[in-house]
Amino acid sequence: MKRFVLFLPLLLFIVLGVFLYKGLFLNPQAMPSALEGQPVPAFKLLTVRQGDRVVTKADLKGDFYLLNVWATWCAGCKIEHPYLLDISKSGVPIYGVNYRDTIEDSSKWLQDYKDPYQFSIFDVNGDLGVNLGVYGAPETFLIDHQGIIRMRYAGIIDTNSWQVKFMPLIATIKQEIAQEKAL
Amino acid sequence: MKYIAAIIFSVLLLVGHDANASSVDTYSFSKPEYQIRFQDMAKILRCPKCQNQNLADSNSIISQDLRRQLHRLIEEGRSDEQIIEYMVMRYGDYVLYKPKFDKVTYFLWLGPFGFAALGLLILIIVVVRQRRKRGQSSEIDINEQTLNVTEQAKLDKILKKSN
Repeated sequence: MKRFVLFLPLLLFIVLGVFLYKGLFLNPQAMPSALEGQPVPAFKLLTVRQGDRVVTKADLKGDFYLLNVWATWCAGCKIEHPYLLDISKSGVPIYGVNYRDTIEDSSKWLQDYKDPYQFSIFDVNGDLGVNLGVYGAPETFLIDHQGIIRMRYAGIIDTNSWQVKFMPLIATIKQEIAQEKAL
Repeated sequence: MKYIAAIIFSVLLLVGHDANASSVDTYSFSKPEYQIRFQDMAKILRCPKCQNQNLADSNSIISQDLRRQLHRLIEEGRSDEQIIEYMVMRYGDYVLYKPKFDKVTYFLWLGPFGFAALGLLILIIVVVRQRRKRGQSSEIDINEQTLNVTEQAKLDKILKKSN
């Protein structure tokens, strides 16, 4: 018993050490979104490329779709762009949220690098961004057939994150749709 | 000379203070108390992007946006609670520098008291044990501490030598 007591500080040290060691590898930027499970917030905004067309939440259509927050000042968005083009080609609708940008810069970007978006909502004041709980760009939301935000992904989408984070959830949503149709 | 230095110094102080305040106070308020509330709220709300700064400190885009929203909400006459709810709904409990007291944070809030109690308990146990030991062993201690005849002779010898 006495021996055991002598080892207590060492034991405590090891426990503390394990926790702190784990902490070294946590990503402090990865935070749960408060909006997962919530519907997409309402908005009424212009688009980047379609003149004076005003879009609202009702214009976001699809069994599931991505809402991708991007900007021309965002370096990660440029890295992400080719992956978005691929995803768009594979048949997943992507809607853009052009976050705190200028029309000139963003339309030039879409012209130069091609446009993966159904349309890009022009969120010049960042109001929609705040309602979406956006921290920065790029950020991507996966939204299901009922307009519910199923996931918020902060960071660059690449092949790996697409397959690991998005594909399984998309499969789940597809299953849910099939089940609802069967009923 | 001293006076000139003092004047220059105080002018610099004033200028410096002004520059410091202007990064936050570009908003105009319809009531003076709104400005105080704005400043207080900007201090307790955390910038979601730059993790160790509050809204008042940070100059990131998201903080600028949130400051604008904060200004709007205050001017609309919302209460502090409503504003906090607005921020938490969008950014989670993370935006609060002072965490809420709920089931997730019980350990955080009560942990220190728990540890203090544990420490106190250990201290009490150690002290009580020591006391008890001393009480039991006091007689033996006296016996052990007195030297027998040969030992005393040895000690005398050493003492004499060193003298």
